[in-house]
Amino acid sequence: MTGIEIKNVSKNYGNVQALSNINLTFESDKIYGLLGRNGAGKSTLLNIITSRIFADSGEVLIDGIPAKDNDRALKKVYLMSEKNFYPGRMKIKEVFKWTRQFYPDFDEDYAYKLAERFELNTGKSVKSLSTGYNSIFKLIIALSVNTPYVLLDEPVLGLDANHRELFYKVLLEKYSQSPCTIVISTHLIEEVSNIIENIIIIKKGRIIKNETCESLLASGYSVAGTAAKVDAYIAGRNVLGVDNLGGLKQAYLLGKIDGELPEGIELGKLDLQKLFIQLTNQ
Amino acid sequence: MQIDFESNKPIFLQIAEGIEDAILSGAFAEESQIPSITEFSVNYKINPATALKGINILVEEGILYKKRGIGMFVKEGATRQLKQKRKEQFFDNYILGLVAEAKRLELSEEDVKNMIERGFKK
Repeated sequence: MTGIEIKNVSKNYGNVQALSNINLTFESDKIYGLLGRNGAGKSTLLNIITSRIFADSGEVLIDGIPAKDNDRALKKVYLMSEKNFYPGRMKIKEVFKWTRQFYPDFDEDYAYKLAERFELNTGKSVKSLSTGYNSIFKLIIALSVNTPYVLLDEPVLGLDANHRELFYKVLLEKYSQSPCTIVISTHLIEEVSNIIENIIIIKKGRIIKNETCESLLASGYSVAGTAAKVDAYIAGRNVLGVDNLGGLKQAYLLGKIDGELPEGIELGKLDLQKLFIQLTNQ
Repeated sequence: MQIDFESNKPIFLQIAEGIEDAILSGAFAEESQIPSITEFSVNYKINPATALKGINILVEEGILYKKRGIGMFVKEGATRQLKQKRKEQFFDNYILGLVAEAKRLELSEEDVKNMIERGFKK
């Protein structure tokens, strides 16, 4: 298995460039975070991979096979997205049965077990589900299809804190037991930063970061202390942002720590959310 | 064992240190099995590769070893080896910080020595 290769993919909507010459590989058995602001092109990219829409130019290869309108390639990928393709009146258990027709490795028993853990009533119809349970229902399918590639577009939409926690745990359980490639598209960077191995940041249809989470975290740090000491320390350094609290200050910096920190300055980790905001601002 | 996600210390190092602490406290006894990569990963909600990296540090140091098809075990003599390692780090990890804080508070060397003596008597 060679992964999903995206080669020179571009897509325009009218005169808006949604994706601009994207080159990217999702390697086998890794968890990726695809991050970007609303409208950055995350969903467009995922939809092109799964042939729900077509690129204007470039191509997508799945395990070396061109994916465009090719069932053999597309059967290897499952995309969970906000859009609902299931008939509203269909019951959840019918959707489970029906999914097996398209994805032969779909594990129905496992899906029912997950439904129990998430307290999803499988006798309910698709259209009667709340926003949260609509996400849960689709997540359960995504976690049970057993395709080598699982793409999750905004997976925790509408989920409460308990269900988000349960989802991340189930995802890691499943991944540890039978590894596959998982791509999580989100704008909640802090929430996924410990779960994903690689991070891809997309801005206005272009990829601006593609590296391991560990190396991104190592690209900066934060310092805290009295405002006077912090100000003295950060002068001339690459500052991402600062927080003030009375006479105290915390500053977020890019770069490596050079030499010893002055007395009274406390060291902390880089704030990924702040980095993300700065990178994806105009 | 707790992971501080706000710390500047990488999570894989915190995993390694957490396991060391558990061995030193006796929670993970010598020749007993430690939790699996999956358990670490799910429990702390971290990527399995991160947990594996932490565990591998201790495998390389000879603190843990792998039994094929079963899992990770604490090596015989690991406690003694860890105590030795921690003793070597004691000055850097504790004394330097203690002296720095004492200076900030204008405590004398004598004051600190007295407090250490009191600490030992407790």
